[in-house]
Amino acid sequence: MNQWYFVIAAYVLAGVATLALALASLVQMRKAERAAEALKRR
Amino acid sequence: MHIFANPARFLQIARPLTGWCGWIGAVLVVAGLGAGLFLTPPDYLQGETVRIMYLHVPSAWLGMAGWGGIAVASIMELVWRHPLAGIAARAVALPGAVFTAICLATGSIWGRPTWGTWWEWDGRLTSMLVLLFVYIAYIALAEAEADRGGQGRIAAIFGIVGIVNLPIIHFSVLWWRTLHQGESIGLTGSTIAGSILWPLPVALLGFTLLFMAIVLMRMRTMLARQKVEARLRRMGADA
Repeated sequence: MNQWYFVIAAYVLAGVATLALALASLVQMRKAERAAEALKRR
Repeated sequence: MHIFANPARFLQIARPLTGWCGWIGAVLVVAGLGAGLFLTPPDYLQGETVRIMYLHVPSAWLGMAGWGGIAVASIMELVWRHPLAGIAARAVALPGAVFTAICLATGSIWGRPTWGTWWEWDGRLTSMLVLLFVYIAYIALAEAEADRGGQGRIAAIFGIVGIVNLPIIHFSVLWWRTLHQGESIGLTGSTIAGSILWPLPVALLGFTLLFMAIVLMRMRTMLARQKVEARLRRMGADA
């Protein structure tokens, strides 16, 4: 049993989850702030 | 703390802080994990799998600290009626749940080669799984309350009650001696060798800053959505 497979699996899983969470938060924030700004200008 | 209760003042501070926390956090995470993967020696007993610690420990800390944050914000929401406290608590919930899930998953991946099993109904593992369920319940409750036009008090009470699980998680390795090892890092020192331990505080600080950036982004999203809703309501009333 190669231990590196387990290490890589843990890093890929944690990396993907953290990146997805950060990117989704960033996209949602930009979208919401743009909508608020657009409505303010109307 | 009362100074930040004003959303406009909060946004003034949160806008630059989001970028700083995000970028510094990302750099520290890459540095800490890179050092943990390539610069530290394997453990004499666990071998290479000890490297999972650099992910597992920060995610466990953030899962628990996240709920601590929810409880503090909930108290502020109930006692001082801070408009931002409820938003802060709801903003912490999802990242807290995600990091608790990462902690459970990385622990499970580490457990297979080390313990010979993916899962064991051990005190630490079970109480951490309970924390994940408590997070999911809080998210559902807060959403349901918001949909019904509630003021978030039920979710706030749940946020305070849920803190009961944190000392159970912390002391579980002392109360029930099963599979999970006892405390490796305490206030007075660590049983982990320095040559293996040093990237851990770097990764821990990096993940904490990244978590803060995510929470700030989620708070800014919620505030912007509230602003849109309020403006649309006003426009509807004027028409």
